[in-house]
Amino acid sequence: MESPTRKPKAHLMDADAIARALYRIAHEILERNKGTERLALVGIRRRGVPLARRLVARIREIEGQDVPVGVLDITLYRDDLTERSEWPQVERTEVPFPVRGRRIVLVDDVLYTGRTARAALDALLDLGRPESVQLAVLVDRGHRELPIRADYVGKNVPTSRRELVEVRLTEVDGEDGVYLFEL
Amino acid sequence: MGLRRKDLLGLQDLTREEIDLILDTAESMREIIDRPVKKVPTLRGKVIVNLFYEPSTRTRNSFELAAKYLSADVQSVAVAQSSVQKGETLLDTARNLEVMGADLVIMRHSEGGAPHFLARRLRAGVVNAGDGIHEHPTQGLLDLFTIRRRKGRLSGLKVAIVGDILHSRVARSNIWGLLKYGSEVWVAGPATLLPPGLEALGVHVTHDLDEALDGADVVNVLRIQLERQQKGLFPSVHEYARFWGITPQRLAACKEDVLVLHPGPMNRGVEITSEVADSHRAAILEQVTGGVAVRMAVLYLLLGGGGTGE
Repeated sequence: MESPTRKPKAHLMDADAIARALYRIAHEILERNKGTERLALVGIRRRGVPLARRLVARIREIEGQDVPVGVLDITLYRDDLTERSEWPQVERTEVPFPVRGRRIVLVDDVLYTGRTARAALDALLDLGRPESVQLAVLVDRGHRELPIRADYVGKNVPTSRRELVEVRLTEVDGEDGVYLFEL
Repeated sequence: MGLRRKDLLGLQDLTREEIDLILDTAESMREIIDRPVKKVPTLRGKVIVNLFYEPSTRTRNSFELAAKYLSADVQSVAVAQSSVQKGETLLDTARNLEVMGADLVIMRHSEGGAPHFLARRLRAGVVNAGDGIHEHPTQGLLDLFTIRRRKGRLSGLKVAIVGDILHSRVARSNIWGLLKYGSEVWVAGPATLLPPGLEALGVHVTHDLDEALDGADVVNVLRIQLERQQKGLFPSVHEYARFWGITPQRLAACKEDVLVLHPGPMNRGVEITSEVADSHRAAILEQVTGGVAVRMAVLYLLLGGGGTGE
């Protein structure tokens, strides 16, 4: 995600708000799945990956159990490749556990049109047949173009299409925060 | 970021950054080959034509699998049974394929420059899968890919290319590629199989195999095409094996962790002994897998639709 040079229109979440949202989502994941049995988290590159790792750390704190975590690159599954002005760099998918029979929680930073989540579902199903797939996002900004809904949401933010939601995470951007920009 | 070109014709005109991009993309593609479901939908709806005027089972299958793993439709034209035999020109054949919807033509031809000729005239992309004794860029790239994986780098290595340099498009692509990374390239072979003027490229040329192997990090053993032997370019296969064959004893002059490459198919007991070919030093089968990954990367980066910066 390109960072606009303009000032943000709003500061939607600070580091504490992100931490509290992830803590709540970790609890919700454990509650819905009744523990960690057969549970695995898969982060969607790029910012879904540190979020998945943080959720796994929270789950370990709460439950004392390790949950496997994987990384999904969905570049090769996008349906808009030929519409893009730049050909995206393919990164590696690393899911170091069998997907078959697992309860998988896909993790991403922002849920918007739903196309990324759709591509991630395709990518995941090519690796095996999970028992179920759930979706966790830090921010849901609406404007779905596909029938996709998140199971766990850090914050719902009604936005206009002329706005941009940018999630910054320490692991990637050097700070934690969610900002709203005018396009 | 994509390759800002529609064709891949040789390593000579690729920049180091472009080669890095292809090799990095191939690393990601390599993972797909190990999956239970070896297929991603990336190039769905794209049409790739294999136009091979020379037989090449390995390269053709490698391109075909690469295209299929990316969900492209791939059509192989068997030139021997095609209208080429009825006198159709190369350009007419390719134009016909293009208007049938081909997005990319992969071409092997016995004449150097044939893919360049097509590339200038077609809207579709052209990938050179070997032209005459000129270049074989995807083989060069897969050799670089294998070296980078095993050695962790491409710079500052001593690489010896041994055998029939004269007829080898692989050798040329390797030389262009390796020199861009600042590796020290040595070529060694019988005088009849070394073309003149190689030194001008910046490689070391020698008729002394031991000099080329001394301290080498990588030995790329070229295939002897036995039909050349009929032309009298070397006295006998037995003599070739004795003077130029890569044996465990010969490898003693190289670094202990020397990497042995061979583009295949091998003449065991001629240019390479089975002892070497089957040892942990050789990466000959890894080259084959890497070849599919590199070709997937090339197809992905070239078939960028509107994204090639045209």
